[in-house]
Amino acid sequence: METATSALTPSFPVMIGNQAESVMEDSDAKETARNTVGTPFVDAPRMTCRNVDVFYDEKQAIRNVSIDVDQNEVLAMIGPSGCGKSTFLRCLNRMNDTVSSCRVTGSILLDGTDIYHPSVDVVPLRAKVGMVFQKPNPFPKSIYDNIAYGPRIHGLTQNRSELDEIVETSLKKAGLWKEVRDRLNDPGTSLSGGQQQRLCIARAIAISPEVILMDEPCSALDPIATAIVEELIAELRTQFSIVVVTHAMQQAARISQRTAYFHLGNLIEVGATEKIFTNPLHQLTEDYITGRFG
Amino acid sequence: MKHHFTFHNELEKLNKKILRLSTMVEERVRSAAMVIDTRDQDMVHKIIVTDYEIDEMEIEIEEDCLKILALHQPVATDLRFLVAVIKINNEMERIADMAVSIAMRVDNISKFNHQQAVSYNFAPMIEKVLKMLKNSIDALVNHDATLAKSIFIDDDFVDHERNKCYEETKKRIMSDCNHPGFHINTYLLARHLERIADRAVNIAEEVIYFVEGNITRFH
Repeated sequence: METATSALTPSFPVMIGNQAESVMEDSDAKETARNTVGTPFVDAPRMTCRNVDVFYDEKQAIRNVSIDVDQNEVLAMIGPSGCGKSTFLRCLNRMNDTVSSCRVTGSILLDGTDIYHPSVDVVPLRAKVGMVFQKPNPFPKSIYDNIAYGPRIHGLTQNRSELDEIVETSLKKAGLWKEVRDRLNDPGTSLSGGQQQRLCIARAIAISPEVILMDEPCSALDPIATAIVEELIAELRTQFSIVVVTHAMQQAARISQRTAYFHLGNLIEVGATEKIFTNPLHQLTEDYITGRFG
Repeated sequence: MKHHFTFHNELEKLNKKILRLSTMVEERVRSAAMVIDTRDQDMVHKIIVTDYEIDEMEIEIEEDCLKILALHQPVATDLRFLVAVIKINNEMERIADMAVSIAMRVDNISKFNHQQAVSYNFAPMIEKVLKMLKNSIDALVNHDATLAKSIFIDDDFVDHERNKCYEETKKRIMSDCNHPGFHINTYLLARHLERIADRAVNIAEEVIYFVEGNITRFH
């Protein structure tokens, strides 16, 4: 059994934010950092996270998490409510920067570059690491403009025809083109819930990301729309790395190649999804996925 | 505290059912082993006519497993338990069929009315087969992979005893060529006992998978 955090303590302990306190010095901590079991690391990662701690004021939400995001993989993050999986997901494109009480320590690299380095501009970062949320949130604009907005502000196109091409390609990749090509000027909000979520995925794709983060992308969708989005995730994996937070364990089992289990801010286990769902290494993982946790 | 009360209650009920089936099957094998020696016609008849009870129980357990799979989509240890039960259920039903086959052989042997024939000594083989079956069931009850693995060792002894019976049967047919049917039926008893041992090994393999998560095959 590999002990992840002890086996691969990074030689580049970059401290992020103004404070770099030890995990163990948090006197309010009821839970201490645990070692991760399984296979959190890969040979040629797209993203590399080492010793990541996240605090909301004095409360520690993430404890010493180290994990890689592989290229062209769907990494599912599961765990009970409040375990920190969404908090950790939001660290991957610095969405937590918007929360004033939040500070992040440790290192998170995208293609070898520290995304928390002061010189990094979050706008292009979030173009490289796109995000799709639980509830579809199309802009109050036309379907066309929902997709075109990102490429416009990032200056990805020179003229209208290039923009048209990006809109069409993105909608095709999101499996939505055939359904909306005759009504591109209709409001994005006029689409069904499942279509709106695919519109948001198309919007994320339009700015050519490397990684797409998805926070409960199907929890507001019916089973048919869920199945379509899951199929889409499987197709998108050929071009992007995808990290999905989900409460639906069967969804994690269906769509991901690796699954990470979080518990009270600790990353307990990471492993091949078929391994996690047939014979997990850690008792906490076993107890959670079999409904015996508590 | 456990969540998913219905699901875990269903698993608990299934566990009790497979243990009940195991007990019923073990009883029948013990009865079949007994009639090899006693040729008790009443018991032979009882083994044959009550086999439907095993068949019904097997179907009930299989239906329960399918229902749990469809409704609850179990994972990890629950999934392994369910897969093990589906396979052990089938093995148990086949072992009961072997007990019926032994009873029918004994019935045939009795009909030959071959008074002069010396009885073949099945006692060592029977003892080992009953031990293997008991241990496989105990391993299932106690989730004991170590006990399950010990069953593999005993299988070689049973195979050896069956081969011994085969050689002895050949000699007896040659020296007593007027009663080939009697001797062939006697050898087939050894064959049925050996098949019960094989199925006890199969059960042990499933217990190891359930407990340890590793697919194990002996032979």
